[in-house]
Amino acid sequence: MTTNVPVADVAVETSNEPTNYLNCKRGFWSWAATLDHKRIGIMYLVGVTLAFLVGGIFALGIRIQLWSPEGVMFKATSEDGLAGYNQMFTLHGAFMVFMFIIPAIPGALANFALPLMLGAKDVALPRLNLASFYLWLTGTLLACYSIITGAVDTGWTFYTPYSIQTQQSVISMGLAIFILGFSSIFTGMNFIVTCHKLRARGQTWFRMPLFCWAVYSTAILQVLATPVLGITVLLLAFEHMYHIGIFDPAYGGDPVLFQHFFWFYSHPAVYIMILPGMGVISEVVSVHSRKPLFGYRLMAFSAISIGVISFIVWGHHMFTSGQSAFVMMAFSFLTFLVAIPTAIKEFSWVATIWKGSIALTAPMLYAMAFLIIFSIGGLTGIFLGALSTDIHLHDTYFVVAHFHAVMMGSTAVAFFAGVHHWWPQIWGKMYNETLAKISAVLILTGFMVTFLPQFMMGSQGMPRRYATYLPEWEGYHKVSTVGAFILGTGFALMMGYLIHSIFAGKKAKQNYWGGATLDWKTQTPPIHENFDFDPVIESDNIYDYSFLTEEKKA
Amino acid sequence: MSHGPIVQTPTPEGFRPHVVAHHFHDANQEFHSVKLGFWLFLATEVMLFGGVFAAYFIFHGQYPETFVKGGEQLSVPMGSLNTVILLTSSWTMAMGVRACQLSQKKQMLGFLWVTLLCAGGFLVVKYFEYTAKIEHGLLPGSFWHPHGHYAEEFANVEWPNLFFSFYWTMTGIHGVHVILGMLAISWLIWQGGKGRFHSGFSAPVDLIGLYWHIVDLIWIFLFPLLYLVP
Ligand SMILES: [Cu+2]
Repeated sequence: MTTNVPVADVAVETSNEPTNYLNCKRGFWSWAATLDHKRIGIMYLVGVTLAFLVGGIFALGIRIQLWSPEGVMFKATSEDGLAGYNQMFTLHGAFMVFMFIIPAIPGALANFALPLMLGAKDVALPRLNLASFYLWLTGTLLACYSIITGAVDTGWTFYTPYSIQTQQSVISMGLAIFILGFSSIFTGMNFIVTCHKLRARGQTWFRMPLFCWAVYSTAILQVLATPVLGITVLLLAFEHMYHIGIFDPAYGGDPVLFQHFFWFYSHPAVYIMILPGMGVISEVVSVHSRKPLFGYRLMAFSAISIGVISFIVWGHHMFTSGQSAFVMMAFSFLTFLVAIPTAIKEFSWVATIWKGSIALTAPMLYAMAFLIIFSIGGLTGIFLGALSTDIHLHDTYFVVAHFHAVMMGSTAVAFFAGVHHWWPQIWGKMYNETLAKISAVLILTGFMVTFLPQFMMGSQGMPRRYATYLPEWEGYHKVSTVGAFILGTGFALMMGYLIHSIFAGKKAKQNYWGGATLDWKTQTPPIHENFDFDPVIESDNIYDYSFLTEEKKA
Repeated sequence: MSHGPIVQTPTPEGFRPHVVAHHFHDANQEFHSVKLGFWLFLATEVMLFGGVFAAYFIFHGQYPETFVKGGEQLSVPMGSLNTVILLTSSWTMAMGVRACQLSQKKQMLGFLWVTLLCAGGFLVVKYFEYTAKIEHGLLPGSFWHPHGHYAEEFANVEWPNLFFSFYWTMTGIHGVHVILGMLAISWLIWQGGKGRFHSGFSAPVDLIGLYWHIVDLIWIFLFPLLYLVP
């Protein structure tokens, strides 16, 4: 690595394109052993997409099963009974949460865009970055192994004591999550250090794009909350192997303690998922409305305060688990506090769009879908954070629909907004915009058709995680299943035109959307070293689009 | 792969130069980045052990007699000996770091060797403690089957197995950290022998030193909580 051969000398002969990070080196090892944050981002992108595919297939399986009240794939009357359904929703949850949503935006998009936004040549710790990807891969393979050896059926929450009594594959799934946790920790460590130490000349904290603030706040959660998940699943594995009894009432342990441990991580994990999504939306909304972000500083502070508050609300998942009335009131009150910074964000995005020069591009359509669905997700959270209504709604489809609005309808949609937004910068190729708009509309429609009926039947008492149900819910479930297939069509279409564009897409012009932040000031796609100049930030107004009108005049 | 000039840290006579990674401006930025990253890693260690400590306090509050009785079964002399060993090793580690920063290769290697031996000594003492506990059947959870007078001692205590679940889990995870620390120190000795660490480049020694202090610090909490149960 110490040789000083300029990259250009080697690559230019084989291609008439300008050298970039994609064509500067070729071959399997130039990818597998790369330390380039952009290439690691692409490897993450491929990885999490595959995990999303697996999780999505399980989701469609769930919806097929629920097409009729007595079940389609698993029936109580059949030989194997309904157990397979428990495995299916567990794997759907585990894959989507631990292998897709948590690593998706930090691993794929922030890996690509964050160092560019800071004018850095790479993340601060490139080897750790690569290690984080391989830990993700190891964890995912171990999770797949656990499927082959008798898939877990505990739900993605692994509640004790059931998770201690059920099959051995809990151990391998637990260890998989332990490893995935360290992958997430390493990603977070890297971004914290990168934001602290590698900012461009003149780039104060308040001259960072909001995406960086969001990823920074996420990273703090990843570093501080994930170790608790690590020790929890480790203890669960010990519990399974040696019956150490800490979570097992049969040996004097306390299963509710497991819930406390689990949610101490998993509530912040909700923000590990949504905060980077919020960051993506901030960028997309600003660029595609051609307006500086409204309330930049408040947005930055709200990203941090959401992170801080998220550490002290975990008890709202346990309102029916047996806590003291006082503790429940405290957790409920603290939960409501989150609404303040969240609403600040929502209003700021809307205010950013207001009177902007709005381009209804595919990323912007996804961002609009985010704004709509996130409002639904946020507002229904109030019903669940309030003690009295939660007693009624706990463990019903209302909860299922609520967290899908936040995780799938908001985080995943924000991820796709980001994918479409940075796609020309990542690949130097452009996808078919018409198809992209169609798929955005399909996904928004599909989401509504899938989950609005779930809110309704949940509020009427349909419990979650049931493989069969009373005939009165049949209409709702049928509509929901149709919606899931609309969603599936939207995703399949998206996958199709995106992959097609890599190989046969039109060449993307320099700074495709006309972004003002540093990630758009590099070549499209960037060179290996990111910048061939020394980036300097001279103004507080980092979202300044006046250069576009000047370019036009010239 | 660097387009820019190759930045080297100042290297004293007889040592190997260190090349600053290409994405840093200078050695200072590199050192502070790596150091911040390492502190974050130590924070994760604190959170990880924090979880078990929290569980310890919860069950200690629920079954105080169990924990007092359990703690009485542990050998305070052995625990104290290990505390002294680890404290000594912390001191030798600190001296090793200092020697490295002064580019005193021989002294550094000497101190690192003593640290490594102390760590080994700690594990030997732990081995004797563990075998005794196994012999008496003082094991975690479902393996709990106290022999002879131990069975009588615990006859009137609620869930005596719980204390030993904590004893084995906590000292076990700590022991794994000691072993990892030994691997890291061995690597320092190997690479240090080649002259890679000196006043111009001491980050690996500094940081593994920090790690070792955290491992000691955790033991400083474990010792009173397990051996001298309050
Ligand atoms: Cu929560």
